[in-house]
Amino acid sequence: MDILNALVALANFVLVPAIAYGSQLALGALGVTLIYGILRFSNFAHGDTMAFGAMIAVLVTWGLQAAGISFGPLPTALLALPFAILGCIVLVLITDRLVYRFYREQKAKPVILVIVSMGVMFIMNGLVRFIIGPDDQRFSDGARFLISARDFKAMTGLSEGLAIRTSQAITVVVAVVAVALLFWFLNKTRTGKSMRAYSDNEDLALLSGINPERVVMITWIIVAALATTAGVLYGLDKSFKPFVYFQLLLPIFASAIVGGLGSPLGAIAGGFIIAFSEVTITYAWKKVLTYLAPESLEPSGLVQFLSTDYKFAVSFVILLIVLLFKPTGLFKGKAV
Amino acid sequence: MTESVKNTLLFTIVGGLILLTGFTQSWNAAILILNMGLISAVMALGVNLQWGFAGLFNVGVMGFVALGGLAVVLVSTPMTPGAWSAGGYGIVLALLLGAATIVATVMVAQKLPKGRVRTLSIIGILVVGFFVFRAVFDPNAAAVEAINPAVAGNLGGLNFPVLLAWPAGGLLAAGAAWLIGKTALGLRSDYLAIATLGIAEIIIAILKNEDWLARGVKNVYGIPRPAPIVGYEVELQNDPGFVARAEWFGLDPVTASTLSVKLGYSLLFLIVLLVLLWMAQKALHSPWGRMMRAIRDNEVAAEAMGKDVTRRHLQIFVLGSAICGIAGAMMTTLDGQLTPSAYQPLRFTFLVWVMVIVGGSGNNLGAVLGAFVIWFLWVQVEPIGLWLMNLITSGMPDGSALKAHLIESAAHMRLLTMGLILLIVLRFSPRGLIPEK
Repeated sequence: MDILNALVALANFVLVPAIAYGSQLALGALGVTLIYGILRFSNFAHGDTMAFGAMIAVLVTWGLQAAGISFGPLPTALLALPFAILGCIVLVLITDRLVYRFYREQKAKPVILVIVSMGVMFIMNGLVRFIIGPDDQRFSDGARFLISARDFKAMTGLSEGLAIRTSQAITVVVAVVAVALLFWFLNKTRTGKSMRAYSDNEDLALLSGINPERVVMITWIIVAALATTAGVLYGLDKSFKPFVYFQLLLPIFASAIVGGLGSPLGAIAGGFIIAFSEVTITYAWKKVLTYLAPESLEPSGLVQFLSTDYKFAVSFVILLIVLLFKPTGLFKGKAV
Repeated sequence: MTESVKNTLLFTIVGGLILLTGFTQSWNAAILILNMGLISAVMALGVNLQWGFAGLFNVGVMGFVALGGLAVVLVSTPMTPGAWSAGGYGIVLALLLGAATIVATVMVAQKLPKGRVRTLSIIGILVVGFFVFRAVFDPNAAAVEAINPAVAGNLGGLNFPVLLAWPAGGLLAAGAAWLIGKTALGLRSDYLAIATLGIAEIIIAILKNEDWLARGVKNVYGIPRPAPIVGYEVELQNDPGFVARAEWFGLDPVTASTLSVKLGYSLLFLIVLLVLLWMAQKALHSPWGRMMRAIRDNEVAAEAMGKDVTRRHLQIFVLGSAICGIAGAMMTTLDGQLTPSAYQPLRFTFLVWVMVIVGGSGNNLGAVLGAFVIWFLWVQVEPIGLWLMNLITSGMPDGSALKAHLIESAAHMRLLTMGLILLIVLRFSPRGLIPEK
């Protein structure tokens, strides 16, 4: 019984949150890695792209709620997601046309593009703050729990409850669907194949008649869709606050680099590695250990390795370890 | 128009803008812009050293600035009575143990042959070291934090004059930069950027959470001023000599005292800026500076000529970060308090980058000019935005939600403007206002 209780507590406080967070990071890291693979620079504006997409979703959700439209037990934000993706696509395509294309034609060094993306980051951040303000916004509705802790306890008779929030379940489902679509697109369709060819060897791809501008445009469309999805899911799971998305930049980049920049599979693996380490290292293990350890050995403290405020340090240390021992990441990424 | 005439003109324009602020708004505001402009100029010099001279992409400026602020607390505030005997030595011991663990790990990693033995012993040392560290550290930190938590709860400082804290801030930042550079400088530019971004966040997290160090988010107040150059308003107002001089200028004693305090800071900051600028100019035109630019422009060729690229990078990374640390110490002295939650990457890292790029990376004068221009705009965009919004919304009916929202949002015009300026400069004048020669 104690072992079961320990497992349930572990699932409730570590596994479920880490899987949800990992899915969000993976979606974010996929966007970063695609930009890196095709456009060959680290996009600092990615966090703010996520914030922009999520902001449109918040606004559309409010509109739908005001119009009395809801999605039953599911959050209305899911209905708003397609509109948000469209809005975000428009924004990134305009940005690409006005800003990035010039440097692409000039064949500017990647580091110049990174600085340019800093400028874009400022503008997007300003736009989001200008439109919706810098404060916390709540926009989740519908049923709050798939299984609440109390129901679980009643069902199983265990003293520990396992709560799965709707937002967590939706995060995982949506992420799986999005990733499946992405891989199907990259591996099976002609356009997807041309994208991978362009990423592997630009010159060869150009020689075989692939239109680079088209590849770039499709990349931005996919990235906008992924970023908006990640942003909305994160907002549903936690809450929408512009500054938080900027701070997500670090774990997202860490995920992409740990997995190997430019490798979509690596981005997903990296997302989960970072999420699981962050959650396990900042979780207070007292509860789980109390069930497992004999009474004489019960821990006196919280058994928390690091306070949650240091979660950035965790992603950072993993990033450094991977870079020092396997500089191209776990799944062979590329180095420009 | 020769170059020196153009540069003088540009600096005169910025000076004129600050004077204009003095005449139209208030002299207090004008001198505040001047003071923060001077500090920003020092930061921009540091970033220019790293990016303009050597092409190092450091986006962790905020962390080094914050370390400078921490140095001010550790050097100039009075010691908390009883804190050292309660747990201070224990904390130092714990930190030494932690450092010993890391040194031991690195030694094992370098000395033992690759294989299972090495992996296991590394993991073993780290795990044991971590638990020993926490066992020594936690009770001692708690003991220090329990001392009079409403006003102290930290170790306090050495109670030295605050001016000593400025070089100390530079040293602290340099030490951190050396550690970071040792691990991260071998990485590619994008990776270095992410690594420095992370380090800065971690430094801020430490400042926010380690209450025994600098009271965390409870902030440290009452940092002493660099007397006698910068006095205290109340003392000045009670000084008959000062009141007489103020009357001679036609100012009432209260205004005169605040102005005199701020001008005292301006003088100190100006001296620091001029010294650093002189040194940076000397460095730029020395063989060392030429070597740095050679490395920046073509690393492979410079290495083939026998230059130790990694060491030179480490050197300039440490120097540039030290300058940012000095600027951070100056800023905390000016504020008179350390507020860890005020450190935002957009304001302290990316804004400095905008300053360097707009001013002209690779040119010290450009970086200084950029710092003044961008800081002036950063301060003034808000009132201008508000004025603009009032103009736009003047036709709308009072009480409309859109009008209220637009006027309220004017405060966020800053980031938008900075992004626009950066993109426009990068596109149309990528070498900045005063380009590198």
